[in-house]
Amino acid sequence: MTSLITDEVIAAHQLTPSEYVKIVELLGNREPTLTELGIFSVMWSEHCSYKSSRVHLRKLPTRSKLVLVGPGENAGIIDIGDNMAIAFKIESHNHPSFIEPFQGAATGVGGILRDIFTMGARPIAVMDAIRFGRLDDPETGARNRRILEGVVSGIAHYGNCFGVPTVGGECVFESGYDGNPLVNVFALGVFKHDEIFFGRATGIGNPVIYVGSKTGRDGIHGASMASAEFTEESKQKRPNVQVGDPFLEKLLLEACIEAMKTGAIVGIQDMGAAGLTCSTCEMGSRAGTGVEIDLMHVPQREPGMTPYEIMLSESQERMLLVAEKGREEEVFRVFRKWGLDAATIGVVTDDGLLRVKDHGKVVAEISNRALADEAPIYNRPYSKPLRTAPMDGPVFDRASTVQADLKKLLSSADLCSKRWIWQQYDYQVRTNTLAGPGSDAAIVRIKGTGTSIAMSLDGNGRYCYLDPREGTKLLVAECCRNLSVSGAQPVAATNNLNFGNPERPEIMAQLVESIEGLSEACIAFETPITGGNVSLYNETLGEGIFPTPVIGIVGLLKTAQPVPNTFSKAGEAIFLLGGFGEGDLTHFGGTQYAKQILDQLWGLPPKLDIDYEKRVQAAMREIANQGLASAAHDLSDGGLAVAVVEACFGGTGAKIEIESSERPEFLLFHEAPSRILVSTTHAAEIKKIAADFRVECPRIGATMKERVQIRNGAVNLVDVSIDDLREPWDTSLPRLLNPEAHA
Amino acid sequence: MKFGVVVFPGSNCDHDAFYAVTENLGLKAEFLWHDSESLSNCDAVIVPGGFSYGDYLRCGAIAKFSPVMRSIRRCASDGGIVLGVCNGFQILTEAGLLPGALIRNAGLKFICREVALRVETTDSPFTCAAKKGSILRFPIAHGEGCYTADARALDELEAEDRVVFRYVDNPNGSQRSIAGILSKGRNVIGLMPHPERACDPLMGSTDGLTVFRSLLESASRVLTPLADAHLTTV
Repeated sequence: MTSLITDEVIAAHQLTPSEYVKIVELLGNREPTLTELGIFSVMWSEHCSYKSSRVHLRKLPTRSKLVLVGPGENAGIIDIGDNMAIAFKIESHNHPSFIEPFQGAATGVGGILRDIFTMGARPIAVMDAIRFGRLDDPETGARNRRILEGVVSGIAHYGNCFGVPTVGGECVFESGYDGNPLVNVFALGVFKHDEIFFGRATGIGNPVIYVGSKTGRDGIHGASMASAEFTEESKQKRPNVQVGDPFLEKLLLEACIEAMKTGAIVGIQDMGAAGLTCSTCEMGSRAGTGVEIDLMHVPQREPGMTPYEIMLSESQERMLLVAEKGREEEVFRVFRKWGLDAATIGVVTDDGLLRVKDHGKVVAEISNRALADEAPIYNRPYSKPLRTAPMDGPVFDRASTVQADLKKLLSSADLCSKRWIWQQYDYQVRTNTLAGPGSDAAIVRIKGTGTSIAMSLDGNGRYCYLDPREGTKLLVAECCRNLSVSGAQPVAATNNLNFGNPERPEIMAQLVESIEGLSEACIAFETPITGGNVSLYNETLGEGIFPTPVIGIVGLLKTAQPVPNTFSKAGEAIFLLGGFGEGDLTHFGGTQYAKQILDQLWGLPPKLDIDYEKRVQAAMREIANQGLASAAHDLSDGGLAVAVVEACFGGTGAKIEIESSERPEFLLFHEAPSRILVSTTHAAEIKKIAADFRVECPRIGATMKERVQIRNGAVNLVDVSIDDLREPWDTSLPRLLNPEAHA
Repeated sequence: MKFGVVVFPGSNCDHDAFYAVTENLGLKAEFLWHDSESLSNCDAVIVPGGFSYGDYLRCGAIAKFSPVMRSIRRCASDGGIVLGVCNGFQILTEAGLLPGALIRNAGLKFICREVALRVETTDSPFTCAAKKGSILRFPIAHGEGCYTADARALDELEAEDRVVFRYVDNPNGSQRSIAGILSKGRNVIGLMPHPERACDPLMGSTDGLTVFRSLLESASRVLTPLADAHLTTV
């Protein structure tokens, strides 16, 4: 008999010749069957194995007093007191969202929700960080608009029906995301300490049970697709994108949580990337056991599916669980109640092997550890991070047009109101959302406790392109600052690392530097990384994205009411906690001003002094916890002027009076970190707290009615009514999305 | 007064309604499983928001055949109090307990935001504690909330003073800006906005309490202002 496993077949599975040699070795010098080759190819794909990033991910801090479960499980778990815990994680669905925006994004939400409730937690919040090509690009704009509309309705469709509020996120535009949008979805769930479940196949002889949707031919090789660059042929991969059913997922959630309460379940894992393959071998590997299944018991959507197809299908809304032998009926009863398919498809064994049978005939037999833990690990060569941007900035003088430039910034796609997006999300369902979309941090209360969870997502491809290490540190600082502004203490983090092709040393260098920066910042802010996702090969036709780590940080808020982000009453003092910061030309090149007004990118991201940043945030939390701030708002994209205007969008204006020798463009728009606007009637107490924490805290003005005025010395830089600024800010996105209607 | 909160497999505002009744109002509530005909001797039934059976076909098209709806029909015809919110409103129109239908929003997008509602009649157990013409602020969260009926049905609703709430600024293209209506017997209400999401000061508005206060008032026939102690905050 001639071998079916030719070089072409191996290459088509995106396995290298040396990886194939290792497979043969692990099988005891036997050629794999096609099914086995398929199983190896998905488990050893970049998406599932983290083979290019694992060496460096080890550098991340993963522990603290509050971390109950760190990386390696379906989601990280943090103790929040009162015998309660939260599970949270972020995951990307970039490639599917480009090929089929609606379903790609929808199933991205579905996947991360399953990661949360497979641990036993009820999801209570979703956020998403989404990035697209420029909406007004003459060549790609129409496609980018279509992708954005599809992604947003996909997220809305899934989250709204499932019944989880989408409480925040970010949406950014950059030509680098033209052929490669980024869709990163974060989910968070809550449960009691004794309700935590793990994906472990323990107990020899225990039944392995399949629940949820039937297996179809959709999504085969999704994980490997997500591990390759995009080419023109990628569009043919549309059948690789799965179709989501949020109603079924909702049933699965309720049924799983109810079944867990029976006490008959010993381990459970969702079928996400690499479907049945990944869930069986990972559950076996974690428990050090074997798993034997017969595919004839797997509920199937259509006849004639091969073992290869069944094992590699990524049909959505499926879970694998291991129950206590003899108590299967208790589990089945719950799933019947919710109208779900459940079938015993196998048994836990003591031999450590994943044995797959088809009508009794063995079609695959591989060590679980070989699949889950012995994927090749690459310490890929890296050089200096790719960058072509100049270090020196351009000569410009726009001192006389700062007010017009401010308007332009506020109506830019990046800084304008994202209401058009988040109004499509049910951000209130379950009545826990104390601060929703548009806030510095989203705040969700945990009913029955005095605790609320604060969360924020942040990415900045431009900063990270200019300096991946410093850029990533700035993200962590900014995320933590968003939380501190509301009064919450940051406690843990999750990361989604979106990068290009790691086989290019200058891209690998971006990844390495970014991870090291992340590590340094997370240690400093005491926010260990409890899990996350790495998405590589984000390139289309050889064009890579900006290195785009997205950081999600969660924090605990012990006061009932978070500090609002907008001014609410005229006549209050406004302080700039943290001071004016430095904004020279070199560190101005990554700002929104440089992007939107000058259309250039140069130099370095803003300078961060982590120690100072921490003191500013600690002071802010103290101010919040003592109830001294009427409002507080973090300075970030667009700098001081944009932050002041945003804080005025509640309807109360501000009169800012500064004495500075700085150029007006820098003064108003530089993006130095460690700065927070605070409005208050407790000036003396706030000054005292700032002094205690050794941070600057100049009084820069007062709130007033209806107008925004910014004056430097005798010069009026900005003097305009709030409504004049709100209109362009609020209507910009619908206008960009529908240029014909507004032409 | 005891409330029954219906639970379809795809209900997702069931817990919100339950919480509002029990925690924000300090009243009794019980969940009613869709597959059972028992209404557990409740004094009022809430058909909550969500996606009943997925609603891929048409909102509420399958829910109207469920066992619990059989009992709700009986309860309604006996004069029992039935409150349908959002998906609950859609189901009640599908089930024929209320006239008209809810179709896709005029803008074709899901909308989640707070809206202003004008109280059009106080001649109902759901608004008797309100002032006619007063403005209440409730959130909406729906993709198919555009109220539609033929002109005769609309005229009849108006003639019989059965339009309870109208949008001040129509968000979804509803005919005559109708946000909520009553049955002929005035004991069944359907509305797209969510009063149960507006019962807690922490959530931004407590105007939803008006609906529940009205129910209490009409049940006891005496105005009993809710003690502040009932308005628990966390």
